[in-house]
Parts: sequence; C-alpha cells; structure tokens
Amino acid sequence: MTTTSPPQTGELSLPARPGWPDSSGHFGAFGGRFVPEALIAALDELTEAYEAMRVDPAFLAEFARLQRDYTGRPSPVTEVPKFAEHCGGASVLLKREDLNHTGSHKINNVLGQALLTRRIGKQRVIAETGAGQHGVATATAAALMGLSCTVYMGEEDTRRQALNVARMRLLGAEVIPVTTGSRTLKDAINEAFRDWVTNVETTNYVFGTVAGPHPFPAMVRDFQRVIGDEARVQVLEREGRLPDAVLACVGGGSNAIGIFTAFVPDEGVRLVGLEAGGDGVDTDRHAATITGGSPGVLHGARSYLLQDENGQTIESHSISAGLDYPGVGPEHSYLHDIGRAEYRAVTDSEAMEAFALLCRTEGIIPAIESAHALAGAMKLGQELGPDTLLLVNLSGRGDKDVETASRWFGLGDREEVDPGPGLDTDQQPTEGAVSNDEAVAGPEAGEQA
Amino acid sequence: MSGLAERISAAKEEGRAALIAYLPVGYPDVDASIAAMVAIVEAGADAIEIGVPYSDPGIDGPVIQEAVDVAVRAGVGMPDVLRAVRAVADAGAVPVVMSYWNPIERYGVDRFAADLAAAGGAGAITPDLIPDEAAGWIAASDREGLDRVFLVAPSSTDARLRSTADASRGFVYVASTMGVTGARDEVSDAAQTLVARTREARPDIALCVGLGVSNGAQAAELAAFADGVIVGSAYVRVMLEGRGADGVRALTEDLAAGVRRAGVSA
Repeated sequence: MTTTSPPQTGELSLPARPGWPDSSGHFGAFGGRFVPEALIAALDELTEAYEAMRVDPAFLAEFARLQRDYTGRPSPVTEVPKFAEHCGGASVLLKREDLNHTGSHKINNVLGQALLTRRIGKQRVIAETGAGQHGVATATAAALMGLSCTVYMGEEDTRRQALNVARMRLLGAEVIPVTTGSRTLKDAINEAFRDWVTNVETTNYVFGTVAGPHPFPAMVRDFQRVIGDEARVQVLEREGRLPDAVLACVGGGSNAIGIFTAFVPDEGVRLVGLEAGGDGVDTDRHAATITGGSPGVLHGARSYLLQDENGQTIESHSISAGLDYPGVGPEHSYLHDIGRAEYRAVTDSEAMEAFALLCRTEGIIPAIESAHALAGAMKLGQELGPDTLLLVNLSGRGDKDVETASRWFGLGDREEVDPGPGLDTDQQPTEGAVSNDEAVAGPEAGEQA
Repeated sequence: MSGLAERISAAKEEGRAALIAYLPVGYPDVDASIAAMVAIVEAGADAIEIGVPYSDPGIDGPVIQEAVDVAVRAGVGMPDVLRAVRAVADAGAVPVVMSYWNPIERYGVDRFAADLAAAGGAGAITPDLIPDEAAGWIAASDREGLDRVFLVAPSSTDARLRSTADASRGFVYVASTMGVTGARDEVSDAAQTLVARTREARPDIALCVGLGVSNGAQAAELAAFADGVIVGSAYVRVMLEGRGADGVRALTEDLAAGVRRAGVSA
C-alpha cells in the first residue's frame, strides 16, 4: 500500500455550491421545511447566521485551523492493491476519514455547527445519535468549545453501546435514553426536535446528517464537502486522472454527499451510493431507502423514505446502526431522480465479507457502515473490469464494531481467529449479531452515514 | 362562511368561546374512539379535532404519542379517519381532521380533500405543514371548499403571523407555548400576547388557543381573550386511564362550563 502526500487545506473560502438547493432549501421536489411553525424562527436564524458565517474570513480561518490541528486534516488517500484483487482488477483508493479525530467523518460537520452555535450566542447543543458516532463527535466539539451538550439516543442503543455512552459522559455530555415509539434513531431525532422546540431560545440543534429541514442538508453538505474537495486533488495528483467511480455508503448520507459534491460537475465520474440492504431489499428487513422506498415527508423534509400504505414510517434493519435509518437526505433523492448518482443495496452478508477482506488484506478495520461501500466497490470493479479506478470513502474506523464482527464471524470464544477472505460469511450469525425485531438498531456504534 | 368559522361565530353570539376537543382515531380501537368523540359532541363540544395516527408525531408529548402508537400498530388509516368524520358530523359537531403531513401526502392530497369533503369534514389542521410548503393543499382545499388551519407560535415574527393567518381559513391555531402538547398547570401568558399580536396582524379571522389546557378553569382564562379553546392531551389522558365515554363526557361538561364563564373578549 502507498499513501500520497495530501494537499493542504485551509484555503479561506468555501467552494462554490452546486445549483441546489434553492433559497428555501428545495432540491427539485425534495427538501424544504416540514416542521412546526415554532421552529421556523430558529431555522431562519440559523440560515441567516450560517450564510453570513460561511463567507466570514475569521470563521473560515478558525474552521481551517480546527480541521488541520484538531481533526488532523487533510486525511490521506490510500491505495489498497491486495483488496483490489477482489475487485475485478480495478485500482482502489480509499479516502481515509477513519483517521480523523473521533474516528469518522462526523467531526467535520460538528466543528462547523459548534462554531455556528457560538456565533449565534447559544450555550447549549443537543444532538441525536443512532448508536454513538455523531453523539461522540458532538460531545467532543461541545467540550472543546465550552458548550453544554445533551444527546438523545434510543434506549436499546444506550444499553448495547455502554462504551459510547461512557465516552460521551467522559466528554461532559448528558445522554438521554429515548423510550418513545420504536426506541430507535428516528425516535431519538423526534425527541431532539421536541427538546429544541421547547428550549430553542437557549439551544442549538447540531444535526448529524444531510437530512432534516433547511438549512441542515445544505449546511452539513458544506461542512462535509472537504472530503471530496481534498480527494479530487489527491487523486488527480497521484493518478493524473479522475476516478471512474466514487463510492460511499448512504444512511442519512453525509459522508456520501461529502465525497460526491466535488465530483458532481465531472460528468464522466460515476457517483455510487451504497444503501444498507439488510437481509435483502426483497425482504422487509433492510434500510435501503432509495432502492426500496418511496417519496414522502419525514423529520422535516421531503425525500425518499420507508413507509407503509398509511404513510407510517417503517422501521429499518441493518447490521450497521449508522445506516439503520428509514430516511435519507433530500439531495440524494434529487441526485437519484436527475440520474446524477446511482444507489444500490448491499446486504449485511456482503458488507461483512468486504469488512473481513479489508482487515485481512490491508490491515485496516473499517466501520461496518464503510464496509458497505467496500462491498459496492467489489461488485462495481467486477462489472467495469481492469484499468478502472475506484475511489471509496472509508468514512469511519471499525473499533466500535469489533464486538458485532466477532459475533458475526463466531470469533468470541476461539483462540484461533480466521476471518480471512473466503471464510463462510453466509453462515448464520450467532445470536445478537444482526438486528432482530427488538434490536433494530443493532449492537454496534455508528451513525447515519 | 367556512364550517369552522360559522360555528365559532355562533358561539361568540352566545357570548362564549368555542370548545374544540382533540382525540386520535384508533385508541383504544377505532369504534371506541369514535364513540368517545360522539360523547364529547353530546356533552357540548363545538368541533372535534380528529387525529390521524402517525408514527413520528414530532410536536406531541408523551400522552398523545402513547395513544397514537397503539393506533399506528393496529394499522389505523385514512378510511377509519373518514368514518370518524362522518360520525362526528352526524352527531352535530364540526369535524376537522388533525394530521401530520405525511399521511395526507401518502393518501394523495387531492384524494384526501375530495374524500374529506364528501364525508362532511370541514377541513384540516396540519401541525408540521407551513403555508410556504402548502401549495398543493391550498389548491385542493380551495377546490373542495375546505378549511385549512395553520399554526402560529410565540416565536413567529409579525410578518409570519400575517402570512400564516392569510393562508388560513376557519381559524388560526394559536400554539400557546413553545413546546409539545401536554397538560400544564398554568397556561402561559404568552398565549394572551400571541393572540393580541395575531389579531393585530389579521383582525378578521378566529383565533383558537391550544397546548396545555386541561380543565374548566384554564378554559375560562383563555376564553376571556380567545375565540376558541382547544383541548387535546387532557382528553387523551382520560382515554389512557380507561375512563372512556363517561370520562370524556365529564371533562367536556367542565370545559364547556369554563368557556361560558369568562364571556368573550371585545
């Protein structure tokens, strides 16, 4: 494996946006604001403050400094030739968001939103978290900037993710287990919105993904696009060409939007989002929102979602808690509808096979979320054949997933560990490895990606 | 004049505020919820806010969520809601549907408007739909002659109070406090301020206050300055406690006395 010398970040302007959303937050038919009137003033305040901040040299300098000195940006691009042998001969480059402080791309967004919170003079932040990653990142930024922090998390996840709950508490955050509805990420979001509508005068909501009401989808995209802005330069520098395809996992979709955005104008570059296929999109146990869902309104925006004939949200299922979300950011719905990006489903088994493969071939333990993108690269590489160049966003590291993976591969009690390529990932996972009806969010940390 | 405006105006002529009661369809089951709505009508409510169960009721507190979760799990949907609309209309009160936006969008906004009008419904209250996003609903409700009730909140700017009231028909739902639904010991002073501000922005539309009202004394307080009083969680609590039709009848009698005690503001 080789690692490029990455470009320097810190140019004092945010790059031009694509031609969307419009001024009221619409990505074609998607996005907008479907929230109680009580929140409109806060969303307007946030929009106005953010639009001023994003062109303010003092903010941009501070943001660049934090990205460099605190997060460790730019993250490197790593070639993975032994993994690529399983990708039909394609060359595979990984964008290493797993090497960021706190272990995933989530920190990119929370630093921006925490600075914004300070700018609008609020002292408290709230956040939702599926099983930990965005919660930990928010607690981290709150500690750094002296804000008080409350994180809403499904009760089931707080029990299974004792480690991440402890991380957040060590960082000074209050973690509130959510016991309403299905007690999953979507209910954590509902509770966070309820807190916000009640305490909006003192509190800012640090939303974790490119979903939710305007301005969150555009703002979170702006904070995450550094991934693709860096990667595009890095790939050009080392390969002298653009990649044939850029791949990323999609839950809510922030890491995918983050790496896609710089490449959207490059028409020859395929943008491929990998959704969590769970047991399969033809079953009722998956989280493939675009592949298997339909347009509707959830959590403040119109987008694709998993819903029944009455418009009730259907609970999603995935081995990856970070992808286990029945909605998706509106910009993904738009990119899908205009044909600029394509979305495919990867099953739990396929993702875990790719997970094991990267561990064994390259010495990198990926987040299970990111393993969905790796599985997508294995398939796409086979389709496109040799001489193609694939860029995969490795959105997070897999330390948090070790327990889930151990159960999946049945490694727990063995001295001899052999999760290498070719192991039988079709075996029935041991109890607790995959979500069941009571354990929809799965036992692993993660976040809507 | 719209169905709701007419009823609120009639109450005003009697020297009182209108009483609007909320119950979700489907708790503990569809038939029992409809029977409770009819009992509320018989005990003196002017309008019933007929709740469409929704899996993610973002502006509702724990009491309402507990009840609608049961209805959602039972698969209660728009056909059941339309049955409740007919029953309330037959009982002599004004039926107005309260729905988060997605169940309506999923059913089809034009189909919803046509079916609601055919069932005798006066219109709909849409707590997570602001006029800015409501072009389809505004067109459909105009076509069917339905009321559309949008919400204002203490945080609304004067400009938004005006534009929201302008887009509304029937009445404007004045959310008395910043927060979710649920009974409160005291109904905030913010309610009176917000009613006054909204009235200044748009003097000629009825203003009904909701969020936090649970008894006749509070209803009397609000009736002193509002055109109507909306009670939700207190009714749902009665249902959750299993007190059924008799319980909601007793609560209605207390509230109906309350809205008559204060008289109507000038």
